[in-house]
Amino acid sequence: VSYLVAAGLVLGLLAYSMFGGADFGAGFWDLAAGGGVKGRARRALIDRSVAPVWEANHTWLIYCLVVMWTAFPGPFAAIMTTLYLPLGIAALGIVLRGSGFAFRKVTTRSDRARLSSTVFATSSVITPFAFGTVAGALASGRVPAGGNGPPVSSWINPSSLFTGVLAVALCAYLAAVFLAADAEGVMNRELRDWFSHRAWVAAMVTGALSVSGLFVAHADAERLYARLLDVAWPFVLLSIGLGLAALLLLGRMSPRLVRYLSSGAVGALVVAWAVAQAPYLLGTHAAITVSAAPHATLVTLSAIFVAAAAVVVPSLTLLYVLQQQARLEGE
Amino acid sequence: VNHVLLALASSDDPGQLLPAREQMAFTLGFHIILVPFGLAFPFLMLVANYRGIRTGDALALLLARRWSKVAAVLFAVGAVSGTVLTFELGLLWPGLMGRFGAAYGIPFAVEGLFFFLEAIFIAIYIYGWDRLSPWAHFWSGVPVPLAGLGGTASVVAANSWMNLPGGFAMRDGRVVDVRPADVFFNGAFWYETLHMLLAAYVVAGFVVAGVYAAGMLKGRTDHYHRLGFLIAFTTAAVVMPVQIFVGDVAARQVFHKEPAKFAAMELVRGTSTHVPETLGGVLVDGHVRYGIHVPYAASLLAGFSPDTRIRGLDAIPEPFRPTPRQVTTTHLAFDVMVATGFALLGLAAWFGVSWLRRRDLPSSRWFLRGAAAAGVVAIVSLESGWVVTEVGRQPWTVVGFLLTRDAVTTSGNVWAFFLGTLAIYVAVGCGTVLVLRSMRRRWEGSSDEEVEVPYGPSRSQGSVR
Repeated sequence: VSYLVAAGLVLGLLAYSMFGGADFGAGFWDLAAGGGVKGRARRALIDRSVAPVWEANHTWLIYCLVVMWTAFPGPFAAIMTTLYLPLGIAALGIVLRGSGFAFRKVTTRSDRARLSSTVFATSSVITPFAFGTVAGALASGRVPAGGNGPPVSSWINPSSLFTGVLAVALCAYLAAVFLAADAEGVMNRELRDWFSHRAWVAAMVTGALSVSGLFVAHADAERLYARLLDVAWPFVLLSIGLGLAALLLLGRMSPRLVRYLSSGAVGALVVAWAVAQAPYLLGTHAAITVSAAPHATLVTLSAIFVAAAAVVVPSLTLLYVLQQQARLEGE
Repeated sequence: VNHVLLALASSDDPGQLLPAREQMAFTLGFHIILVPFGLAFPFLMLVANYRGIRTGDALALLLARRWSKVAAVLFAVGAVSGTVLTFELGLLWPGLMGRFGAAYGIPFAVEGLFFFLEAIFIAIYIYGWDRLSPWAHFWSGVPVPLAGLGGTASVVAANSWMNLPGGFAMRDGRVVDVRPADVFFNGAFWYETLHMLLAAYVVAGFVVAGVYAAGMLKGRTDHYHRLGFLIAFTTAAVVMPVQIFVGDVAARQVFHKEPAKFAAMELVRGTSTHVPETLGGVLVDGHVRYGIHVPYAASLLAGFSPDTRIRGLDAIPEPFRPTPRQVTTTHLAFDVMVATGFALLGLAAWFGVSWLRRRDLPSSRWFLRGAAAAGVVAIVSLESGWVVTEVGRQPWTVVGFLLTRDAVTTSGNVWAFFLGTLAIYVAVGCGTVLVLRSMRRRWEGSSDEEVEVPYGPSRSQGSVR
């Protein structure tokens, strides 16, 4: 059962990195949208794409935290007492981001809107970077099982810094593809091309980063490197393949379809990491089966997963249908 | 004063304890104000909606529409501050989550489910205006207060578990033998949950009514303002006496099940019978000072007889005794909660009598002034009640199992984290008020469609193309 719950945790991570990632990336492009009328149109598109889902996506993060502390309380406390700096930054970043976005949407005065905008965009970059450093720290086994690890070197190190940058790049890449798809949805060629072009650049950067990541892992996180090539290679290949396919097809076919390819590439990367790290939660130690909560707790969690799927999926579908209707009316 | 200093100086508490407690108190104190608006405010919204459809009252529908937008803004703020709380549980209290997460985490997992549902249905309801048939739209809103109820009950389940932990056993410092149902429905679950749910209706009702009462004081006595006032005030006024009754029952439950907290609430020093009720008063040098004593009243209230024996603070073993300052805080918070509760009950009764006699509000302007202030009073009452349950539990985090000083993190500068959080929350708080005011201003210019809200459909689509 502990593996089942761990899989549920990975699922949450997957969802957060794909959906939340696109949200964060939208903030990145908001920062880079430029000024004037063109910048305003780009931001309007970002608003429109992020708005309906912006909070639902952070629910995935809460979900991950709750599953983690309930199912694997020991490692959870270890992570929290070691990586409190990046996690604290991420927590505050999320508040700033959420409120900046919400207030930009409701406020009418332009000075307030500009301030909210800046806050939204800046924190959209800082937060995924902080989360990336956390992932890097975990992957390179820098969190001791007993917690209270070194507060600085645990996340200021080659693996963490690299993963932080990679996270920002991944978010920007995902968001550019999603936004290009949305621009196509509203039949705006100019915006679509602008974001497609950005997506292409971001894809190149992300791809180059991912490849150099193997070298970083080789130097800094040997177990991860070995397992990535040894056990998790199908997912690595899948990620590379999907990423390349997305890159080649970008601009040639509809961004709506490319969206799935690039999400898949990012998702495969997360799964590759998870598979490479198994059976340990903290990279090189804290085995999943050993640090799991008692059986009854895990069974309860699994039951809640099932209930959530049964209740949430139909209601989300209804919401989606209504949103599509709203879009149709707008067009 | 000596005692306080001694207690502070002699303790070997980690330096993170004070800022961590302050930060948790502050963020929870902020978040708890938003809870009524996710739970009870959508109910008011549905009442207005129902009335609007039933009687064909367009203004009632307008109220429901505007309230749904306010609900969305406040829900978004609540979701964000709830996210921070989730982080804080881990960052500030790793001793709690690391050791007890396997049991304590379960109610939060249940809460996550309800939170998801609530977020989805708030969005459905807002998108559903003009897109669903009136009744289908009304029913699409019904899950919102229900999910709010489930979510609130889940979080209170976690809190009540800290007061009366159950449903698990400890072996070698690890939680084993978890019985999830007993964790959730622990000994304090029913009275705490019921009290909190009703409090949410009281707060939302009085705050919303207060807004319209203020408008009526300025001379806006049209149907729209009256209706907004009546829906909210009637709800709060109906719930208020029930809340007083439930509060009384809850206090007796605390007397039986959490004697240490009861001793602090009632400022009972030595175990005895014929205990007087102390109104006000502080604990200094182990003595009760400055209070007004009502003979036998505490014993009478706890067990309906002056012979009822109440265990005092001296019955708590020395190492686990709360500090005098904590006792005083708990006691005064309890007094404030009860006093504000009765003040609100008085206002509700005034309204009730007038309504029964003449089918109208009391004509006195003092009633409207009172109603305008009632929202703030209700929030004060809510906060005090929360202080009673939290400070009254000290020095424990999980009563009998985990001391607060063992739960707190031992690394990092929590003051810095606290200051950062404080600054951001102040900004968010001010921002929320500004946004709500700008929404109101636009509504006074009565252009409804221009108000944009999170979860709502975008109106700026024109500029995209």
